[in-house]
Amino acid sequence: MKSLLIYLKDYKKESVLAPIFKMLEACFELIVPLVMAAVIDVGIVNSDKTYVMKMCGVLVLLGIVGLAASITAQFYAAKAATGFASKLRSALFEHIHSLSFSQTDVFGTDTLITRMTSDINQVQSGVNMVLRLFMRSPIVVIGAMIMAFTVNPSEAFIFVIVIPLLAIVVFGIMLITMPLYKKAQARLDLITRGTRENLTGVRVIRAFNKEESEEKNYFENTKALSKEQQFVGGISGLMNPITYLMISFATIALIYSGAVKVDTGILTKGQVIALINYMSQILIELVKLANLIILTTKAVACGDRIAAVINTKPDMVNGKEEVINTDNNEVLSFDHVSLTYKGGQGKALDDITFTIQKGQTVGIIGGTGSGKSSLVNLIPRFYDATEGKVSIFGRDVREYNYNLLRDKIGIVLQKAELFHGTIEENLKWGKENASKDDIEKALEYSQAKEYVDKKPGKTSFEIEQNGRNLSGGQKQRLTIARALIKKPDILIMDDSASALDFATDAKLRMSIRNMSKDITTFIVSQRAASVQYADVILVMDDGKLVGKGTHEELLAQNKVYQEIYYSQFPKEEAVNG
Amino acid sequence: MVKKIDKIQAQTVKKVMRYIGKYKIYLYISLLFAFVSVFLTLYIPKLTGIAVDYMIGKGKVDFNGIKNTIIQIIVCIILTAIAQWIMSLCNNKMTYQVVRDIRNDAFKKIQHLPLKYIDGHSYGEIESRVITDADQFADGLLMGFTQFFTGVCTILGTLFFMLSINVFITIAVVVITPLSFFVAGFISKKTFVLFHKQSQIRGEQTGLINEMIEGSKVVKAFNQKENVMKKFNAINDKLEDTSLKATFFSSLTNPATRFVNSLVYTSVGIVGALGAIKGNLSVGQLSAFLSYASQYTKPFNEISGVITELQNAIACATRVFELIETESECEEKQEAVEKEFFNGEVVLDDVSFSYVKEQKLIENFNLKVKRGERVAIVGPTGCGKTTLINLLMRFYDVNSGAILVDGVDIKNYKRGSLRNGYGMVLQETWLKSGTIRENITMGNPDISEEDMIRVAKICHIHSFIKKLHDGYDTVISENGEEFSQGQRQLLCIARVMMSKPSMLILDEATSSIDTRTELKIQEAFNVMMEEKTSFIVAHRLSTIRNADIILVMKDGRIIEKGNHEELMKAKGFYYNLYQSQFLGKAI
Repeated sequence: MKSLLIYLKDYKKESVLAPIFKMLEACFELIVPLVMAAVIDVGIVNSDKTYVMKMCGVLVLLGIVGLAASITAQFYAAKAATGFASKLRSALFEHIHSLSFSQTDVFGTDTLITRMTSDINQVQSGVNMVLRLFMRSPIVVIGAMIMAFTVNPSEAFIFVIVIPLLAIVVFGIMLITMPLYKKAQARLDLITRGTRENLTGVRVIRAFNKEESEEKNYFENTKALSKEQQFVGGISGLMNPITYLMISFATIALIYSGAVKVDTGILTKGQVIALINYMSQILIELVKLANLIILTTKAVACGDRIAAVINTKPDMVNGKEEVINTDNNEVLSFDHVSLTYKGGQGKALDDITFTIQKGQTVGIIGGTGSGKSSLVNLIPRFYDATEGKVSIFGRDVREYNYNLLRDKIGIVLQKAELFHGTIEENLKWGKENASKDDIEKALEYSQAKEYVDKKPGKTSFEIEQNGRNLSGGQKQRLTIARALIKKPDILIMDDSASALDFATDAKLRMSIRNMSKDITTFIVSQRAASVQYADVILVMDDGKLVGKGTHEELLAQNKVYQEIYYSQFPKEEAVNG
Repeated sequence: MVKKIDKIQAQTVKKVMRYIGKYKIYLYISLLFAFVSVFLTLYIPKLTGIAVDYMIGKGKVDFNGIKNTIIQIIVCIILTAIAQWIMSLCNNKMTYQVVRDIRNDAFKKIQHLPLKYIDGHSYGEIESRVITDADQFADGLLMGFTQFFTGVCTILGTLFFMLSINVFITIAVVVITPLSFFVAGFISKKTFVLFHKQSQIRGEQTGLINEMIEGSKVVKAFNQKENVMKKFNAINDKLEDTSLKATFFSSLTNPATRFVNSLVYTSVGIVGALGAIKGNLSVGQLSAFLSYASQYTKPFNEISGVITELQNAIACATRVFELIETESECEEKQEAVEKEFFNGEVVLDDVSFSYVKEQKLIENFNLKVKRGERVAIVGPTGCGKTTLINLLMRFYDVNSGAILVDGVDIKNYKRGSLRNGYGMVLQETWLKSGTIRENITMGNPDISEEDMIRVAKICHIHSFIKKLHDGYDTVISENGEEFSQGQRQLLCIARVMMSKPSMLILDEATSSIDTRTELKIQEAFNVMMEEKTSFIVAHRLSTIRNADIILVMKDGRIIEKGNHEELMKAKGFYYNLYQSQFLGKAI
């Protein structure tokens, strides 16, 4: 949490002024009982009406000055808190995008989104409250005690005893309840999971008639939650009665010892009343302080979670090289490359070496989890190799500037991801100043034109968030268009035609082939049909490169490739086809 | 508009009261003790005032009187403390039980919602109704119980006590206090608009955050970080601005009402002091009055806060009730029967169905499947393959026509019984959090250990399960994130194989399994499908070739029907589709 405070640095003035004005307000409030005491002891005793009026004028004045101070404080607090949150949000968002994927994988998407949204909101209201109240409540409590001293030091000792005792009770109860609240929260997480599972798995649950057992399970959890909440609620419900008891007994002590002192003439009546007033002010502030502490601990917990993300240093360093020599014929080479994911078991890629020439079409085939995607993810430097070297156009990828490198590469990912906006806007991600013609061509090549033309508004058709209003195949074709419009030197298609039928898939491959002979294309697929006409086929198995060659070569001698191929094309068909 | 909202609110309150009805007794106890504690709390300043009045001056203090009063005060405070605690226990009990009941009802409803509702709403939305809204409702309810009652009691009580001391000053207090109400009302009206705007902008920003973090690979691949940051910062600035206004204006409530209170306090001081000079009032009474005046105004501040909180709680409750009151799947027919074992004869008789009225999907669909036949369904994406499965499983009901199993309309079977007859593997794998054993034996919890392992071996999951720390008792996380998509699909296949259904539905069941593994489990599939009517949706034509009936679907209609040889001879759509997989040769 502490490390986040640098985002407050532009609001130094506000963060200092807010508590100071709050403090002023509290001081004015503390004077009120003294004025009232004067009204009683001087005004009433002497029957001096003008004095009473004058003092009441003072009270109104104190009220107005207090109001002004308080409004100023609220403004500065709000300004510092919202400004802080805004800076933090922007910084966190940027930071998340500068982390490497091996780092964001560890956090997980859901976590990052919660950090960005509800966690920051909590921190914002935490900062706001702290600036407003953290100075005020202790000042009132301690100020009340000091004021009591000015009235009568020996009476004030009652305050000295009672305040620490109150503090012990308040903090003690909070210390006891905090872990209990956490426990209840963990239970609520279970209930949340239960709810979500029953939504995502509704078909399976109904197909297996598991409704009742799921209900039973859920009800057990809600029952336990209710019990836990009641238990902790009962304990924290003790806070009010106990503090009330303590303050009341202190008041009684004040009355009794006050009476003795009035009798001996040390104190006046009005002073006794002032002391009692201070005691009740303490009670009110204490309740506020307890609430504030709960809120602050919540905010600090959220802040710590945000700090954990922000303090993660990007583990990949941007390269300095600003030029890529695309004339080099050796487009890509892997030199004894291995990759181990963070927290992963075993190597995702194991000692891979190969070289690809410019203009080649490269097929990458292999079973689920064989390392195909991991391999292509290294090309645009989504991940860094744990061992060995990946080179593009003759230089280590780590030497290039990210933007430069990724500008040369068009990648179509397995999961088709589109964004809220028109089709045109989405395509322009690939090329900012794309012309109408560029867009039409890209749509044509990617076989998306036929359906885009049918959409209302065609390329200005509005895509919803995550492309919800398009089918899987439609999304895939648009992501392909988005990569093609870039006119990349290297095109990577990571199993990105899986939702297309064979006919469309084939047409697509053909049109890419015809686009330009300088493009080096990587096609990752499980379908032998998709890769069999590639210039080079890389066969992956369990993270290892087990074969490299043309279809004919591999079919003749590579066991893994044979297995894959014949599992899809039973022998007699392959001959006929 | 406003009236309509009021009506909805009133209805919601009525429903909440029904839930509370079960715990009436706690409500009454809570009310009683709220009254007791307020009465006593208010009685104490009066006693204190009496005690002060016993201190007449130097040498003239009536210690006996003071002692007596102090004893009274002690009794009162102890009773108050006890009453406060009992009240809070009752409120806790009531609130948390009510929320639990509501949440349980909501969950029960989820189990009976038509799939149409679940498919049509985002999971996050339904989830937030059951979790967040219910929670906020609980918070509001608890706050309402504890603060609203005591607040109202306090106002009435202080009025009573003040009147008992001095009518004139009481009137002064009563006249000035509404001012604070007025001020608070004015501020909250202004801030409501701002808060509404703030939550709107927050929603917009959350949407952007969701998209950009989920799609961060694409953002990086296309070097869009700067553009995205620009977009983000534009919204962020807007948010900062609105948020500042909303926070600031809402935070004015406290100082403003505090100011009004100080005015009340001052007027009591003036009127009281002048009265005391005239001799209408003792100093002790004035001190009691001052304390009443500040106690009287406090609930007014709180109540305006509580009312917004309660309104929010009611809004949340309305959302939960909306879910609870959504129409369930249509009731089972009275005469619906349980059937243990199905023969597996399936007939679709003139079936029509569409998700949306305007968009016709399946029309006048006819099909007869004999026991043990394999039906493969082929066609481009969106042709209605998955819809057919939704109908067979009765996840959706047909609009017209009928589906018959073993000669009986499926609407005449109990839903559970019909679904038990099918074994289903879907493209989207779903595993529940729990042990692997729980997951794979879901359909047949009584299966023996040997049988389970035998099936697991056939499905090629035994070897990787064995490698896990706790073997079959390894707890897997939600949706089995730690497994690859292929492994998850194998687990789902094993789950169906263990349940031994009479009919099978395989919707792209092997799409994520590489072809080599698929080939290896094909054997198992063949054994499983023996003697069983099965419906297979697949992209891979190699999987389809051996089917008895191939249905080629396009735009919700069957355009070709027959076995592989027949369809190849016909040289129609299927022929083209089949040939296209060799088309790549041309390049």
